[in-house]
Amino acid sequence: MKKMTYGEAIREGMRIRMLEDENVCIFGEDVGAFGGCFGVTAGLFDEFGDKRVRDTPISEGVIIGCAVGSAATGLRPIAELMFIDFLTVGMDQLVNQAAKMRYMFGGNISVPMVVRLPGGGGVSAAAQHSQSLEAWLTHVPGLKVVYPSTPQDALGLMLSAIDDEDPVMFVEHKAMYGMKGDVDDVIVPIKLGVGDIKRAGTDVTVVATGKMVHDALKAAAKLEQEGISVEVIDPRTLYPLDKQMIFNSIEKTTRVVIATEEVKRGSFAGELAAMISEACFFNLDAPIKRVNALDTPIPFAPNLENFVLPNDVDIYNAVKEVMA
Amino acid sequence: MKLDKAIIKDMYIRMKRIREFETKAMNLFAEGAIPGFVHLYLGEEAVATGVCQALNDADYITSTHRGHGHIIAKGGDLKYMMAELYGKETGYCKGKGGSMHIADATKGILGANGIVGAGHNLAVGAGFSAQYRGTDQVCVCFFGDASTNQGTFHESMNLASIWKLPVIFVCENNGYGISMSQARHQAIKDIADRGTAYGIPGISVDGNDVIAVHEAAVEAVKRARNGQGPTLIECKTYRQRGHFEGDAGKYKPTEEQEMWMKKDPMPRIEKYMRDSDLFTAEELADLQDSVVKEIAEAIEFANASAYPELSSAVKDIYFDIVEEVRSR
Ligand SMILES: Cc1ncc(C[n+]2csc(CCOP(=O)(O)OP(=O)(O)O)c2C)c(N)n1
Ligand SMILES: [Mg+2]
Repeated sequence: MKKMTYGEAIREGMRIRMLEDENVCIFGEDVGAFGGCFGVTAGLFDEFGDKRVRDTPISEGVIIGCAVGSAATGLRPIAELMFIDFLTVGMDQLVNQAAKMRYMFGGNISVPMVVRLPGGGGVSAAAQHSQSLEAWLTHVPGLKVVYPSTPQDALGLMLSAIDDEDPVMFVEHKAMYGMKGDVDDVIVPIKLGVGDIKRAGTDVTVVATGKMVHDALKAAAKLEQEGISVEVIDPRTLYPLDKQMIFNSIEKTTRVVIATEEVKRGSFAGELAAMISEACFFNLDAPIKRVNALDTPIPFAPNLENFVLPNDVDIYNAVKEVMA
Repeated sequence: MKLDKAIIKDMYIRMKRIREFETKAMNLFAEGAIPGFVHLYLGEEAVATGVCQALNDADYITSTHRGHGHIIAKGGDLKYMMAELYGKETGYCKGKGGSMHIADATKGILGANGIVGAGHNLAVGAGFSAQYRGTDQVCVCFFGDASTNQGTFHESMNLASIWKLPVIFVCENNGYGISMSQARHQAIKDIADRGTAYGIPGISVDGNDVIAVHEAAVEAVKRARNGQGPTLIECKTYRQRGHFEGDAGKYKPTEEQEMWMKKDPMPRIEKYMRDSDLFTAEELADLQDSVVKEIAEAIEFANASAYPELSSAVKDIYFDIVEEVRSR
């Protein structure tokens, strides 16, 4: 067992595959000697050189497009967008090209690429640098979407993301890069589509993603003292999704809270809620409850941002409500 | 061009305001008074100033993540700006925007922008609107060297050109996009050359010489107001600080930094003012004192202001809809 930060774990995952396969390469803005805006690629340029760790101009369209084209022709590129918010600039290449190629061409072309997407708020980066846009991605058939919440998961999922034959969107929470956690000495890939029970419980299921997993655990610890046993499930990959793990848990607890950092309207949390109500309606003893950000852009002022983003207190309150 | 004393004085005040504002913002950020990201304009004061001096209040500008200088030069209120950097309710955007998102519609300031390359297209829209409405307004689009690698730069130049829109594209070539030097992010030296591809006149000027910048801007504004279409002005300048506060800028060679510090636009204009005999040393010192006082007042204003009411978080999303608030 060793300690690693979330950022280091992502780096280690990339590094392991780069050592094994010379067709794995990294490109993006300032990912080279500078080490990336959040320092995630630090050291990789020195280790692998400028052929494999490349700075690109500020051109998100061609960053994603170059990943698609090179993935279709034998490479396993990892493209980094500095912030998930800049997806907008490269969205055609992702949605109409990367996601469609396999299907449209009847399985003739594979696009094994990873796009790293730092998302989330909490650092006063304001409306254009703080969004949680995972639902845009899960909406598109052809894309896989990963969102680790711990260093261990980040490492294992990065390995699988690189190994995957399809475009994998690797969402990272920028406020977690410095968060330390245990990582097993024996490193194994974590299969996409396998969730993780972060805390076992019997009274309420909380399905949480990304940084909200930690808020859920905090709320669960407090609720335990009040005699409420919370099961915290982290799906880890939003697509493919470990539905069975969620359904099994709800069958046991009969109550569910869904917590994501997205704005509520049109969120992936909404998709989860719909899915659960379709599959588990007759098992539920209380209405499904969602905990999300308010339906606003993310404001700059720290007190406003705090207010808009969901937290452990919101999860605590939601659990109390479904238990009432 | 022989410039009036009044114009030079005006330009000096704008430049000094930017220098003083940015120097104070730098310190306040280090002290933790300003949250988030702060991209300073130190060293580039002559560009925004020389250009905005050629504009009227009714003209428009689009800006970038490095927007403080543009906004000050276009006449933005220092108190509201500083309060916004602090995230206070008295700020330009009621604390919702911060350093990277300051706008003032009354001054034609269409917003600092967190998305590199977004301003190009907005400027075309503002130019189209002015042409359509038959006014003589123009729009200046400020942007960095590295943003000229976004598709938006090329699309907007092309459209502005074929529609002969009153847009002035002002490139602040400070030699870097974060850690990427210009030589590494594009294979040309003069961004002005890119005008040729779109049939737009492109010129390169010394961006640390406020008078040279101003002359080029006056000419471009005249063309735009006369219906002769867009101009591309490349201002060669230098970012004296890191990309944002907190970036040590290790990728900038020492000799390069020293060379550019010698070309610092502030001492240059001050020397010009003294040498031209238009200003006495006393006059200059008075101007400096008054600006220092203005900035101190802006900081006081920001300090004395309150953080926004939480209920404001759900306002201003739509004109007529206020979103619900969860109970906590
Ligand atoms: C679409 C988009 N991509 C990337 C970024 C991150 N970013 C912010 S500023 C910047 C560099 C901009 O360089 P330049 O245009 O030369 O302006 P300068 O910072 O030098 O003033 C980058 C890459 C962004 N904000 N938006
Ligand atoms: Mg630049």
